[in-house]
Amino acid sequence: MGDLIVLAISCILINNILLAQYLGNCPFLGTSKKMETAIGMAMAVVFVLVMAGVITWITNTYFLQKLGLEYLRTVAFILVIASLVQFVEMFLKKSIPALYAGLGIFLPLITTNCAVMGVCLINVNEEYTFLQALVASFSYAVGFGLALILFAGVRERILLARVPGPLQDTSIALVTAGILSLTFLAFRGMV
Amino acid sequence: MARSIVQEFSKGLWDEIPPFRLVLGLCPVLAVTKSVENGIGMGLATTFVLVCSNVLVSSLRKVIPAKVRIACYIVIIATFVTVVELVMQAFAYPLFLKLGIFIPLIVVNCIVLGRSEAFASKNGIFRSLLDGLGIGVGFTLSLSALAAVRELLGTGDLTIWEKPIQVFGPSYQPFSFMIEAPGAFVALGLMLCLMNLVPKK
Repeated sequence: MGDLIVLAISCILINNILLAQYLGNCPFLGTSKKMETAIGMAMAVVFVLVMAGVITWITNTYFLQKLGLEYLRTVAFILVIASLVQFVEMFLKKSIPALYAGLGIFLPLITTNCAVMGVCLINVNEEYTFLQALVASFSYAVGFGLALILFAGVRERILLARVPGPLQDTSIALVTAGILSLTFLAFRGMV
Repeated sequence: MARSIVQEFSKGLWDEIPPFRLVLGLCPVLAVTKSVENGIGMGLATTFVLVCSNVLVSSLRKVIPAKVRIACYIVIIATFVTVVELVMQAFAYPLFLKLGIFIPLIVVNCIVLGRSEAFASKNGIFRSLLDGLGIGVGFTLSLSALAAVRELLGTGDLTIWEKPIQVFGPSYQPFSFMIEAPGAFVALGLMLCLMNLVPKK
């Protein structure tokens, strides 16, 4: 149990997926202009990442490794993730329309979110057990949400500041992300 | 749409150079630019996938049904990424270990899918090949440039083919911020700023 808590803390803070592992930066910059979209994206990622992490782990352990097809991992994972996203989208539309209205536009974007694919690959490369993979997927997703929402808050304030011409928009956003990443660097000594 | 064949190639080198003009596919850009060698390796791997997938998507553009096109593109791209993965494992194993999960992650690099969707699905094979090559070379150049800045300031050396070259000499105090995660974001942000200083045509 203690191991799992350490794993969770290290995935959320120390190896934060956005700021320390550099995964999922396109949605990080793309959806952080407004707090609302940031929260929507964060929720959608938590939802999909946990499912994708579990399903790809099962696919890898019970199909690819059993059949000796590890070299098909990249193709298999991306197909699993793409169909999972499609399925979740249809399911939510039919049965939970309120949640669909909130996550709707962010779901298709998640297929090409490298955070999802990245976490699935990390789970397999680190040879996590099922429980570890579950905890790691969830914690990485929480770390993603945490960094994204913090960043969106900072970016909303930057809109009010007077930024020099060439630094505007993406450029200043990246420098800000750098400073945010610096604060996350300080968690390194924790575990 | 009346671009000459030369322009089709050269637009990737300046007008639409990724990731500066097209702000897509940032993850590998930030992650692998700790050293020039990694940057060039990643750039070449991406170029290969871009060129091959562009050619195949373009040659199949009349066969692929519009409704499932994205899924088809992803399968095509994933196939070529697997090819790169296996080739690198066989012939460039140290580099493969350094780039780690970022090689399989070329599949979800928005630049590759973006070129298939925006260009190769509408244009002929030869033009798509040039487009993929241009964007790929542009991507390699930007990766190498960013990696050179980061490695030079972060370690004082430049590593090419596993031979570190001391540029600033032994008295240089490494500014190790640049090779850590925060340095990646700041360096890319400042390079984007420099690009913005040059007016667009």
